[in-house]
Amino acid sequence: MMTIQNYVRAQSLQQAYDLCQNRRNRIVAGMLWLRQTGGSVNTAVDLCDLGLDTIEETDDAFVIGAMTPLRKLELHPGFAAYTGGAAARALGDIVGVQFRNLATVGGSVYGRFGFSDVLTLLLALDAEVELYGAGRMTLAQFAELPQTTRDLLVRIYIKKTPGAVAYRAVRIARTDFPVLTCAASRLDGRVRLCVGARPGKAMVLDLTDAAAGDLTPDTVRQLAEQAEKQIPTGSNSRGSAAYRSHLVRVLAERTLSQVGGFGNGD
Amino acid sequence: MEIKLKLNGKAVTAAVEADTTLFDLLRQKGCYSVKCGCETSNCGLCTVFLDEVPVLSCSVLAARADGHAVTTLEGLQEEAADFVGFIADQGADQCGFCNPGFVMNTIALLRENPDPTDDEIRGYLAGNLCRCSGYEGQLRGIRAYLDSKKGKGAHNGN
Repeated sequence: MMTIQNYVRAQSLQQAYDLCQNRRNRIVAGMLWLRQTGGSVNTAVDLCDLGLDTIEETDDAFVIGAMTPLRKLELHPGFAAYTGGAAARALGDIVGVQFRNLATVGGSVYGRFGFSDVLTLLLALDAEVELYGAGRMTLAQFAELPQTTRDLLVRIYIKKTPGAVAYRAVRIARTDFPVLTCAASRLDGRVRLCVGARPGKAMVLDLTDAAAGDLTPDTVRQLAEQAEKQIPTGSNSRGSAAYRSHLVRVLAERTLSQVGGFGNGD
Repeated sequence: MEIKLKLNGKAVTAAVEADTTLFDLLRQKGCYSVKCGCETSNCGLCTVFLDEVPVLSCSVLAARADGHAVTTLEGLQEEAADFVGFIADQGADQCGFCNPGFVMNTIALLRENPDPTDDEIRGYLAGNLCRCSGYEGQLRGIRAYLDSKKGKGAHNGN
């Protein structure tokens, strides 16, 4: 069980940021896994009073507060329509409804967990993050930052771009951690394939040039084979590297077919 | 630190440590329907409502509940009584350890979606683990309850 000496509900981002510069202090977001997480925290900093649990949809973007529960994102009708159901598919098997009512988008993104369905989906959507301290950057850039940075993740921006996105994951059992996650997107002509739970954190493969402007059954098959070769995988208790590499090809073909408009992802 | 919350409709003041979980506080307050089954935020046994939203009380600091409303099965006896007989009739309660969490989340489901499909029931209750039943009994019980409300069955759950 994580031990905590003090609990503070931050009343401003500056207060939370200042507290977090002390490495013995820690943001608490969804608070999941408190009992299985060891270690000692001096001050737990809660952002729940800062109004960061909302999703704002404008004509050209979604602005997602870092404290937005995964369940709220899963059920957001505008986001569901924009992603063609990929959001619900990515989020709907994460443990259970009660878990997703607590787990936050910000916590999932900030943790850059290898198993994260959320990171895989948002990378495919070419999301940007707003950090109190470091400013705004692409999620792909943020994902590469060292975990030691002390900036606060405030919001996630997803620009509405014409195109399509598809998501698939393989799990040994529903609600378990995924063996592999895969999201493909074609947004404004740019084709991306994102693969997570490799078991390392999700990585992006830009296939725009390789797709040569079009996704046909033949090009998709070639791109999936390319992805299998280029995306590094590893082994853990959920699957071997060889099995994951095989899954990369299968899920890449299915998701790319869906965004190409000639498959349903299954 | 001192926190104030509304527990099952009643104002409660409690002295808690910064790392006291809502689960531990509720047990201290005599809400024994709330149980801890896994310690990995996985099993759903500790489900309570925090401002009407089902959450895992093992994964919420009691301090976050300060100023909010918490509801446990002790506060929802009438609403639960509507359908638990149907679940019992299917033999789905078996050892009974997971039942309060199942009942809480079923109440949340039916409030959110009064006429769910079988797949929607399975999806909503996927975060409630049961090591006895195989889940089909719970599904049949909820389905029987929903059918009875529509007048499809004579079964009254008693």
